Amino acid sequence: MLRNRRTEITTALILIAPFLIVYLWLFIWPTLQMVEMSFQKAPLIGKGKWIGFDNYIRMFKDATFRIAVKNTAYFVLLSVVPGTVVALSIAMMVSRLKGRMQSLILAAFFLPYVLPVTVVYVIWDWMTNVQFGMVQGLIVFLVGEPVNIWRTVDWFMPGVAILTIWWTNGFSILLFLAGLRNIPAELYEAAQLDGATRPQIFFRITFPLLWPITVLCLTIQLILQLKIFDQVYLFAQGGQTRSTMVLVQYIFEQAFQKNNGGYSATLAVALFVIVLVFSLLQFQILRIRGQR
Amino acid sequence: MSDTHPTAARRLDLGATLLTLLSIIAAAIWFFPVYWGIATSLRYDDQTVKDFALIPKDPTLKNYIFDIQNSNLPIWYLNSTIVSVGVTFLVVFMGASTGFAISQLNFPGRKALWWMILASFMVPVSALIVNHFIIIADVKLLNTHLGIILPMLIAPVTVIVYKQFFDGLPKEFREAAVMDGASEFQLFFRVFLPMNWGVTTALAIITFIGAWNSFLWPFLAAQDEMMMTVTVGITAVQDTFGVAYGRVLAGAVLAGLPVATAYLLFQRRVTQAITLSAGIKG
Repeated sequence: MLRNRRTEITTALILIAPFLIVYLWLFIWPTLQMVEMSFQKAPLIGKGKWIGFDNYIRMFKDATFRIAVKNTAYFVLLSVVPGTVVALSIAMMVSRLKGRMQSLILAAFFLPYVLPVTVVYVIWDWMTNVQFGMVQGLIVFLVGEPVNIWRTVDWFMPGVAILTIWWTNGFSILLFLAGLRNIPAELYEAAQLDGATRPQIFFRITFPLLWPITVLCLTIQLILQLKIFDQVYLFAQGGQTRSTMVLVQYIFEQAFQKNNGGYSATLAVALFVIVLVFSLLQFQILRIRGQR
Repeated sequence: MSDTHPTAARRLDLGATLLTLLSIIAAAIWFFPVYWGIATSLRYDDQTVKDFALIPKDPTLKNYIFDIQNSNLPIWYLNSTIVSVGVTFLVVFMGASTGFAISQLNFPGRKALWWMILASFMVPVSALIVNHFIIIADVKLLNTHLGIILPMLIAPVTVIVYKQFFDGLPKEFREAAVMDGASEFQLFFRVFLPMNWGVTTALAIITFIGAWNSFLWPFLAAQDEMMMTVTVGITAVQDTFGVAYGRVLAGAVLAGLPVATAYLLFQRRVTQAITLSAGIKG
């Protein structure tokens, strides 16, 4: 019996070893290293000097950091709630279709989600091209003249938000579809027999039953979009980046372009804390629902 | 019902048809940017800014041939394949074995490990990029496939999905196999893994798509053009070719092709993987 117990432990250790090594080496260790570096004046590669809270004091006085936080928050505001509303509408449209028609329409809405960000960037750069872009027709109709979206500060973030919704919405659509499928058909039949109108059915049955999924989509999107970098970086390339700076981009700039390893670590700790707070919130919500 | 209320039934029919029509139009508009990208990639250089017909008048594969012959696209493709397959294999294998150990075996520190994995869900990996760079530079793995692969192996979700799946299996499976004298390894490889082949496929596909698409880390880890992945490389195509939209878009189509195909072939598996990793029973 004791021998069995020992082989069980040995087996377990062999099975978890690869994961544990990767996890300790590339997850726990860099996290600790990041915190340590945030208290140092250090280049990206090389030894640093301990400077206490100087980096943190600098961060709170840093105008660019404030811009980055503001832009990140603005982007989250523009993308999370509108994106979830769009996803819910699409899911409701798709869920009433049947068979092949349904898979075809769903595929059209979902496909952008599996594309690499650079492909999304190339496609939309072409779509919004100030001379030849197909979107410019709509822009001329709205404001009277073509707009170079990625070089106009006021248009930049809304532009990135729209294409991000277009790109990442497939995820939320699938979650909403799963949620809609779990609503028993008898509920709708009963409501119809009682003579309920379409809006009544939506607000009294569909929406309340989908609420947990809505919260899930909102929090997943929120945490994801706080980490925005790729799209903003790609579209701001070659232009004025400071006014459209987001948090991860500022970390990237300080570390790799300005060689301020220490300060970039401080900024990373700030991002870390922000995401952690929202994740704890999400975890709490999930636990209340008893899902995890 | 249609016998007694013919008008009501007809109105319902008309409403339903209109809604279906609206869905088709919305889907067409949603998909249009992708279609337009493909259409433009099939036009001759001088036609991309002249021919705005929905279907290219004189389609050609010239841009694709040009890209393949005049850029590092074939090498980037190879790099992407090595990295994505490597990441997929390792993530799925580590996820399955760790999930199995936590779910089925008793060992000291099991609870602590499980809580650590759950907690790591909350840590943004993008905050760690700077330190990943330092660590990988330290072991001289920048500009290597392994160096690109390593930081992409952090995937606690896979462990969680597997653990929950193994938890859900009846205890009798394990007991019966143990009675027959199977070792824990045999149990894992012969009984538990084959039993959830569906979950494994689903997770493998979504991991592959994610690895193929990842941008920030491969972009930092591979400064050498010969080590770039396609996802990163096509922005270099754009820098070189400048305003040759057809060529740039042809590169983009090639970069997106494997993941788009993977999705279209395994639609149901992708759906399953997404709902599983979000913690919803699909």
